Amino acid sequence: MLKIENLHVRVEDKPILKGISLTIRPGEVHAIMGPNGSGKSTLSNVLAGRDGYEISAGSVTYQGRNLLEMAPEERAREGVFLAFQYPVEIPGVSNIYLLKAALNAVRKHRGLHELDAIDFLKMIKDKVKLVEMNEQFLYRAVNEGFSGGEKKRNEILQMAVLEPRLCILDETDSGLDIDALKIVSDGVNSLRCEERSFILITHYQRLLDYIKPDFVHVLAQGRIVKSGDADLALELEDKGYGWIDQQLGAVA
Amino acid sequence: MSAAQYLELYQSLTEVLPGQNMPWLSEIRQQAREKFAGGGFPTPREEEWKYTNVTALEKKLFKTSAEPGEEAVGPWLDDFYLADAWTVVLMDGFFSPGLSRLDGLPGNVIACGMTDALKHHPGRVKTLLGSALGLEAHGFIAFNTAFFSDGAFVEIPTGVSLSRPLQILHVSTRPEGLANTRSLVGLAANAGVRLVETYAGAQQAYLTAAVTEIKLAENAGLDHYKWQVESDQAHHFGGIYVSQERSSRFNQHNFCLGGLLARTEIHTELADGAECDMNGLFLGLGRQHVDNHTRIHHREPNGISRETYRGILADRARGVFQGRIVVHPNAQKTNAEMNSHNLLLSDDAEIDAKPQLEILADDVKCSHGLAVGQLDEESVFFLQSRGVGHETARNMLTFAFAQAMVEKIGLESLRFLVQERLLNRFPQSGIRRDWL
Repeated sequence: MLKIENLHVRVEDKPILKGISLTIRPGEVHAIMGPNGSGKSTLSNVLAGRDGYEISAGSVTYQGRNLLEMAPEERAREGVFLAFQYPVEIPGVSNIYLLKAALNAVRKHRGLHELDAIDFLKMIKDKVKLVEMNEQFLYRAVNEGFSGGEKKRNEILQMAVLEPRLCILDETDSGLDIDALKIVSDGVNSLRCEERSFILITHYQRLLDYIKPDFVHVLAQGRIVKSGDADLALELEDKGYGWIDQQLGAVA
Repeated sequence: MSAAQYLELYQSLTEVLPGQNMPWLSEIRQQAREKFAGGGFPTPREEEWKYTNVTALEKKLFKTSAEPGEEAVGPWLDDFYLADAWTVVLMDGFFSPGLSRLDGLPGNVIACGMTDALKHHPGRVKTLLGSALGLEAHGFIAFNTAFFSDGAFVEIPTGVSLSRPLQILHVSTRPEGLANTRSLVGLAANAGVRLVETYAGAQQAYLTAAVTEIKLAENAGLDHYKWQVESDQAHHFGGIYVSQERSSRFNQHNFCLGGLLARTEIHTELADGAECDMNGLFLGLGRQHVDNHTRIHHREPNGISRETYRGILADRARGVFQGRIVVHPNAQKTNAEMNSHNLLLSDDAEIDAKPQLEILADDVKCSHGLAVGQLDEESVFFLQSRGVGHETARNMLTFAFAQAMVEKIGLESLRFLVQERLLNRFPQSGIRRDWL
């Protein structure tokens, strides 16, 4: 599904990612963990197509195509979804209007007809239940006045509606209390299936208590320094990131 | 020079202007004519006209005629009637009984043409004419007072609240034509009405010069909507001057979307405990020049005013917002706030925004804010990341910026028209009416 090879990324001439390679097959859940400043968010932003990142080397292939050449909206229509670390507030655009605009754009791209108002509403109501959201939220402006937890649930709602193939969750657990974390995780787990892959970007292990990854990668100083299964996350929880830094220090 | 042209043009019409047989009115007109002869139209040398140059008017002579025309109005006019309103139509500067829709208007309410009002209610006209203008006196107002050909006259008696909105529909149909109207609106004590003034015209160049004077007696409440959708080639000057007595409420919404060069003035004077809301949205595309000039005078204590204006300028359009709040020495306990937010959508678009507070009393609460910016790139990216195309994302956000003002429209029929117009202004928006 996704193949990242030797990816080097700079921001304002400063190297941030220094040779990332990662292969994600359909249905897999990969967790990318790492301390602050390791390049986690840069990786998710580059995959989603945000401006301001210079790809100095390497490639990213998504379903056989060069992902890096695609505009952000094209990536989204092809099934790449980024759940934002800091979801933006958009006064004047209601949630339901955003969801219609987004879903119609994606369906059109996939050669599907637009859903009529009744089918759309029925579908939305099912998805809203998934994230245990009050339907009133559909008619409020996107994220405006939402709590941290409500914003993250709203991201998962958008994900559920768009039914992407590759979901990138950028620190979705940050700022969530335990109840919200559980709702968000349940939402994600219910979307897991054989065709859909996930990249969970997180600083802490606790998200992985709820969403069990197939693989865990440790990102430090712009490189993946260690990969393993779910147990690696537990090891990190025990030892902290200092342990990784020591290893890196030893290599250097 | 241009003043001379217009004076000459009107020389032949002087005898037929309404009220010429009334000494009090012909005297007022004579004074205004002398003022206009001396100064002509305003020039950028005047501080209040610094950003809007109307000298283009001097290169053209917009012509008025002595009487209402017989021109057939196209079906396009239907789009501008408010379905649920009583409508007074002013066509090319003259009240049109045929196009007006006034059936069922309560008998104690007056809504008619100015010429008719001068015939049937001369005393009332005399009381209202000039009463809200106070010291206002630039060339356009002098021009209007000297030569207005007709207008609308509205009077709501004490304690009457109209169940349906009232609309004054200003229409221009003549190429190079001039519609020069003075309208008077009087609300007696405790009266209430929702009044919509619409400005529209056939797709050609013409000049609208319209002055509306409004007098709100004690505790009267007026929701006033200005809905300016003139043709793309039109020149528009529209002044609204309000005199608010004790505890009256003036709730104004101003939507300026049309015209090549459009200037709106909305000035009000508040007596003790009066309230005023001013909500404005202006949109400039292509080479449009859109100027909004507001002034709120707190003359007496305990007044409240809230003003919010939003401007959207694209392409090579230029916008002007000059808002001024004056709190006079006697106006203690005034509460006034003013905000101006402006969105520039292209490098060549321009806004001159000048919010001003002039506070001459010491126990007041006043604030003002000004913002000029571009679309938030983070929001554009967010929408793209949900599959929305770049251009559509920009239009969605622009529309959302405007929506904040549109949502304040209490009249559903008008809100629908405004949204429709905004959507048509962004044909590539990808925004659909049924999503709203």
